[in-house]
This record gives sequence, structure tokens and C-alpha cells, in this order.
Amino acid sequence: MTTTVDDAEPGTVTTTVSRPRPHRALLLFLLKRVAITAGLLLGVTIVTFGLVTVVPGDPVTANLSDQALNDPATVAAFREKWGLDQPLYVQYLQYLGNLFQGDLGISQQTGRTVADDLLQYVPATMELAIPTMLLALLIGTGIGMLAAVRNGRVTDQLIRVGALLGLSTPPFWLSLVVLYVFFYQLGLAPSGGRLSTDFSPPPTVTGMYTVDASLAGQWDVAWDAAQHLILPVLVLTSLTVAMLVRFVRSSMLEVLQQDYIRAAYAKGLPARVVFRRHLLRAGLVPVITVSGLAFASLLSGTVLVENIFGWPGLGQYAYRSATALDLPAILGVSLFVALVYTLVNLTVDLLYGLIDPRIRLS
Amino acid sequence: MTTLAPDPVAPDPKATGALARRRWPGRLRGRSTGRPIWRQPIAAAALVILVGWLVVALFAPLVAPYDPLAQSPDAYAPPSGTHWFGTDSLGRDVFSRVIHGSRLSIPLALAIVSLALLIGGLLGLVAGYVGRFVDEALMRLTDLVFAFPQIILAMAVTAAFGPSTRNAVLALVIVSWPVYARVIRSAVLTMRGEDYLSAARLLGVGPVRALRRDVLPNSVGPAIVLATLELGNAVLLLSALSFLGLGPRPPAAEWGSMVALGSQDLSMWWVSVFPGLAILTVVMAFNVLGDALRDRIDPRYAKGR
Repeated sequence: MTTTVDDAEPGTVTTTVSRPRPHRALLLFLLKRVAITAGLLLGVTIVTFGLVTVVPGDPVTANLSDQALNDPATVAAFREKWGLDQPLYVQYLQYLGNLFQGDLGISQQTGRTVADDLLQYVPATMELAIPTMLLALLIGTGIGMLAAVRNGRVTDQLIRVGALLGLSTPPFWLSLVVLYVFFYQLGLAPSGGRLSTDFSPPPTVTGMYTVDASLAGQWDVAWDAAQHLILPVLVLTSLTVAMLVRFVRSSMLEVLQQDYIRAAYAKGLPARVVFRRHLLRAGLVPVITVSGLAFASLLSGTVLVENIFGWPGLGQYAYRSATALDLPAILGVSLFVALVYTLVNLTVDLLYGLIDPRIRLS
Repeated sequence: MTTLAPDPVAPDPKATGALARRRWPGRLRGRSTGRPIWRQPIAAAALVILVGWLVVALFAPLVAPYDPLAQSPDAYAPPSGTHWFGTDSLGRDVFSRVIHGSRLSIPLALAIVSLALLIGGLLGLVAGYVGRFVDEALMRLTDLVFAFPQIILAMAVTAAFGPSTRNAVLALVIVSWPVYARVIRSAVLTMRGEDYLSAARLLGVGPVRALRRDVLPNSVGPAIVLATLELGNAVLLLSALSFLGLGPRPPAAEWGSMVALGSQDLSMWWVSVFPGLAILTVVMAFNVLGDALRDRIDPRYAKGR
């Protein structure tokens, strides 16, 4: 860029004219991303709906007993109740219309509305996800940067192997091992669930027991809930960290290669200053991107980890409704997860565009 | 090779080498910064482990001391001389079941990755080469799949089609093809403006031939690296599905479902620890090899730069 300006004759600097003004470019970028996300979400509803409707599994046989199946009246009533006698596109439009009113249908398993079910299960998963994300981002970026700075040395090698090990470990197996060691052998942590049987859940505000109990001043309940968090958060964090470390390491290595880093060293800046002023800022920008990925791996992890720890969250709800072919529940969970995931990615994109002007201009 | 006299008609081996060299990306031949595999202890160990597992899978009936499905009254026996890895709740020998599990996990992972590579690679080639509307439509389709965490979509697909080995494989192909489509597409895009492609088009080379002769060989490198890394992922996802009861049906010796069986009683740790270690070693080996391959093919990632 600089060379073209240097080469240009005086008075012919056209760069500002050809480019859209920064504010408009940013607004355009925002609008475009939001529109794409909206389209994507509509596509997601078609996928989830099409998936569960077109495929051979029949919700009638999955949800009625053999005796009820032999009674045509019961079957017909069931079909009518769930709109299964309507043509597919009517069912879909009906579903979409309800969706905009926050109505996700009624779970055939629990007999309650899917929205109510989600309201109950989502906070439990949030209680796992929030500390995990915070811990993982902190530890993951730290270790990743350490590996990059120590590139090729023993520390780096060990971190690389450790990260690979974390990526290669089945989450459900790691949960079992951790449970065996810390609960069965050492007795340091509770076996699972959200609270010991001696306590009753605190009054619901956020649905997260540790927060609600603290708000109500029930410190013993909060402490008990926190203890129940330790093992699942430990497993989820180690898996997420493994993923983050590899990404942070390679993005930091990329920055270390840049000429301005060498220039900074060459002009005699102390390593500490180069690190803080140049490396940290440039190297951490891509980390924002990967936090979206980390979130996805976390959501996947919860399905397997919640099962072992008997954690009544979204993952367990997803699993139970999937095995029971509970159509409204599967649609609700998949849609909710896709919605959250897509919105996280949108936020990541927008943040990235705000921080790095090159992204929004391309 | 037997003692055949050199055939005068057969091409000179050096000449075929040169031919082969022209069709494959230079870095695949290892002329790059990468060290030979025996100089990379971790990668070498991974290769040994993987070859070991392949041998075990091939000769499972010879290696396993017991029938993996045979039940016995000797349930929940801890590891001992007669049962190296102990027995499970039905008195089945865990060691034999772990050995036989390799006959499911490894070939199924290979099947998943090959199918996904075939479908995703083909669509990626088409998207990158044709561009415009086709590209746009295919990329939005990959976005849709990416909008779900893999295991959740795979769960929904398997649950909907009914839990079975075939449907688990199908589900994992459905959730994994977009990665290949994206990678192959971007490989094609980077070479679309290249002079040799324009030259080929000017010479009257049709799109199918251009894709096969010029584009495909040049996108082989990234595809191989990705496929190796994805093999590990496929083993993990498959075992996760079967852990959830959505994979191969019960009596089958599958590592994921074996771990699930062991989770019923923590005191019988051996029932789930050993199949889990089997998953871990196979996945780790694939991941290490994938990394080593990537370092070699794409020197941007090489260590010690």
C-alpha cells in the first residue's frame, strides 16, 4: 500500500475516494452478518424439522405402548393431537408460526412444554459452561502462548503432546476416570447431580444453584452446589483447553514471524515489552475466533459429560429425547443449541470485524 | 519381486519416478523441511501403535484368548493371569472384547472418512471450480451443517433413522463431509487463477479433465492431512454415539458401549478403563500422524521454524 502512495504523482491520492467510509463499511458488515445469521437459522429449522419428519422413525410407535397401538382410535387421537395427520408443509408452517411466539410444542416424554423444559435444563448447563469457558480461555491462552514462545524446546514439546492427549481422550471415559479417582478412591468430590440430598434447591432466580443460593444467603447450599461443579467442570475444561492451546500456539507463532516483531527486537526493546505491546495484542485477536469453536466443543462435551455425572442439563435432555424420538423436544433442543451457537459465532464475527478493519473491508 | 530379467519394454523406473513427480505436489515427496519419520520419536511411536492395532484387528481371532461374545459365570473378575483385563458383568473377557473392538472401530472410521472425503471432496471440487451459484448454494449447505455441534446433529440423525451401525456411520458422514468440501474448495480456489489452468482451458481441455488432471492432484496434500486427523475424530465420535447407545447394537464388542457398560459400577474399573485406553491410543496415533503429515506437507505449521 505504502509503495503505491509513494509512487503516485502528487494530487492523485485516490484511496479515500474508492473506499466506502469506515462507518458505512462497518454498518454494512454488521447488517450483512445479521442477515446471513437469520437465513442460517431459518435453514436450521428446516433441517431439524425435515430430519425428524421425513425419516423412517415413527413417533407413534415410539411413544405409544403396544396395547395402545392396537387401538386405532388411540393412534388417531395421538396423531391428531400432535398434528401428525396434517401434510408436512402445514406441520412445518405451524411449527414456524408457533416458534415466533416462543412456542416450541409439548414434549411427548415429559408432557410439559419444550420451552418449560429448556428453561429448567438450560441454566444447569450454563452453570457448567460459564466457569468452563472462563477457565479454559484463561488457561488455554496462557499455555498456548508459553508453547509458542518456547517453540521447539522441551516445554513446547510437552505442551504439544499434552494438548494432543487431551484432544484424543474420549470425554465420557475421562469423566469416568475422574469420577473413579476423586469420588470412589479419594472421596474428595460428590458422585454427581447438582446438590446433595440433604439440601433442597434454592429459590429460582437464574436457575444456577450456586448463584441462586448465594443470592438467598444460603451459603451451605452454595458451597455444596459448587462442590458438585468441580468434577464436570474439570473434565470439560481440560478438553476445551486442549483445543485452545493448539490454536493459540499456532496463531502466536504466526505473529512471532512478523517483521515488526523482529524490528522491535532489533531496535533493542526488552523481551517483556515486545511481548506485552506487540505479541499479546496481535496474537490474541484470532483467539476471539476460536472461542466460538471452544464453545461448540463445550456444548458437544456436555452431552457426554452430563450423562456420567447425572447432571440434569441440556445434554441429558437432548440424549433422552433423541433416544425416545420425542419430535418436539429434539427440534427444540437442536434449534436452541444451533441458535446459541450461531449467535456466539455472530458475536465473534462482529467483534473480530470491530477489532480488525481488514476483515470488514474484505 | 522374483528374479525377473529387466523387461526392455517396461519404462525405466527413474522415468516413472519423474512422471510421478510431475503429478504430485513436491512436498508430498518429502523434499521439504520435515525430517524422516524415524527421526521424529513421537510420530514413529504413533506409527508403530497404529500398525500394531491394524495387525491386531486383522488377526483378532488369533490374538484374543476367548470368544468376545461368550458369557461365563465368572462375572466381574478383576484382571488376572487368566483374564488379563478382567471380565464384565456378563462374564465376558474384556481383553478379547477390546481386541475384537478394533475390528469395528478402525474399519468403520476408515469407511466414514472415505465416504465423507469422497462426497465432500467432490462437492468441494465442483464448488471451487464452477463457482457462482453452485458454490454459493453448496457453501450455505456446509454452513447449515456447521450450525450444529457435530455430536448433537449426529445424535439427532442416528436417533431419527434408528440406532444401528449403518445409521451411525451415515450420521457421521453427514456431519463430517462439509470440512472436506471447504478445504478442497479453498485449495481449488487458490489455483483457479493459475496460468496452467488457463493454458489448459485455452488448449481445449474440458472441465472434467482439468479437474482430474490438474486440480485434483494439487489438492491431494491438504486432503490427506485432513483425512488423517479426521480418522481420529471419527473413532471418537463413533465411540461417543455407541456410548450413548446409538451405535452398533449391544452384544457387539464396541469400545464406546463397553465403556458405557463399565460406567454402571465404578468399583469394576477395568470394564471401562481398558476399552477407553484403546480409543485413546488409536485416536492419539491418528492425531500425531496427521500432525506430522501436516508439518511435512504444509511447512507453515512445521515446528522449529
